[in-house]
Amino acid sequence: MLAHPMEGLPATLLHDEVLPARAPWNHVLKRGEVLRIIDLEGNQAVDFLMYAMADDAERYSAQDTICRQGNLFLRSGSVLYSNEGRAMATVLGSSVAYHDTIGGACSCESNTLRYGHHTRHQHACVENFLQANAIDGRGKRDMVSNINWFMNVPVEADGALGIVDGISAPGLHVDLRADMDLVVVISNCPQVNNPCNGFNPTPIRLLIAA
Amino acid sequence: MSSSSTADPRSAQAHARAMAGTRVLTMPTLPASTAPILPEGVAAQDMLWSEVVAAGGYTARRLNRGARLQLTDLQGDGCLAMQLFNAEAPAERLNIADTLKVQWNAYLRPGSLLLSDMGRVLMSLLADDAGTHDAFCGVSNAASNAGRYGEGDNWGPYPNTRDRFLLAAAKFGLARRDIHPAISWFKGVTVAHDGNVQANLGPFTPGRSLVLRAEMDLIVLLANCPHPLDARPQYAVTPVQVQAWRGAPTPVDDPVRNGSPEALRAFLNVEDYFAR
Repeated sequence: MLAHPMEGLPATLLHDEVLPARAPWNHVLKRGEVLRIIDLEGNQAVDFLMYAMADDAERYSAQDTICRQGNLFLRSGSVLYSNEGRAMATVLGSSVAYHDTIGGACSCESNTLRYGHHTRHQHACVENFLQANAIDGRGKRDMVSNINWFMNVPVEADGALGIVDGISAPGLHVDLRADMDLVVVISNCPQVNNPCNGFNPTPIRLLIAA
Repeated sequence: MSSSSTADPRSAQAHARAMAGTRVLTMPTLPASTAPILPEGVAAQDMLWSEVVAAGGYTARRLNRGARLQLTDLQGDGCLAMQLFNAEAPAERLNIADTLKVQWNAYLRPGSLLLSDMGRVLMSLLADDAGTHDAFCGVSNAASNAGRYGEGDNWGPYPNTRDRFLLAAAKFGLARRDIHPAISWFKGVTVAHDGNVQANLGPFTPGRSLVLRAEMDLIVLLANCPHPLDARPQYAVTPVQVQAWRGAPTPVDDPVRNGSPEALRAFLNVEDYFAR
């Protein structure tokens, strides 16, 4: 638990914002800058993608990241790789033991499979990603498997997996250092049909320091 | 006056034409009905595709709804990575996260669905005697092959899967941004409770195979390069046979369609898409 929101960050605060529940976000993160995400009220899934600013066909690759570290979970020290095998960012530290990168983003369409067609018109992370990416001219072709900060997706011995009750809590955080110039897009997950947000989407705080 | 057999157009033409009829292991057979070995129970006139993909090679094709696709690891060391697109609207493509999450399981088994990012089934896995596949670790790229083999370019001896996909995608007007998380058939990855991935890369008994059914009209990209976790110093991969044949679209009483509530809704979404 942080004593204050800037604890441990580089001295120069470049950005400080509370992102409302259910909202999208698009922001540049320059090489060396640190993004801190604070889970203000606890167990709020933060769906996250990033693109190389110089060439946004290079983007985060969950599969390259899993392959390189030999483990599904993102923890302090995890290096996040691109689809071209380059380090994009490093998890500098986190007060949550691990984060997910296999669960993907909720969508209006996948909600119909997981919960039924009555959920078709609920807001979803893919809607947020599409809106955040549209600012830079990216579209559906630019969607790939994402990171879910503060989300818990265990895999059991028989392969059973699922989004289960979270292991985060109010005030816990993750810090990410850009290892190249990045465009970061976030969906502050609006899902209300599974425990990824404790059935209650809440705001997050986003700080960038250098 | 040159003594070369290709010094003038007519002799160059004769030289080129003399190659006709050459057979090698890794090539397509046209028409597919003349394939030397047909899949069990399949009539020659129903064959759509018969090809052996070289070690390090790739292939791609459009398959219509109902077509069956059989992949056979002829020599036991194949690693066939796959990309799938809705042929009619390729912005819809395979979504690995949804495939695992919606089915509540990490592994592909008979009855498993390959789901798109639009809540629909692209393919169903009907049969599989291999059982070792990978939806987690993705594919090699230029950097990873350069690290392992010294080079990884399409024009060299050790091509990487990502750049193979790039060429395959380009032939359908698709580009780097369309290359999405992949499935690798025949090379296995399992996950331990602590999240560690455990590779089971063989080599395996020759001849293992699986059969998929196209549930929509698809563009299928396939590349056969070593798995990214394959630590062998040599570029170890062997040819894979790809065969497809015509089949009926999935009927409403199909056991895979009705295998789970999520599967049923995914098929309902496909049937709704084709209601036109």
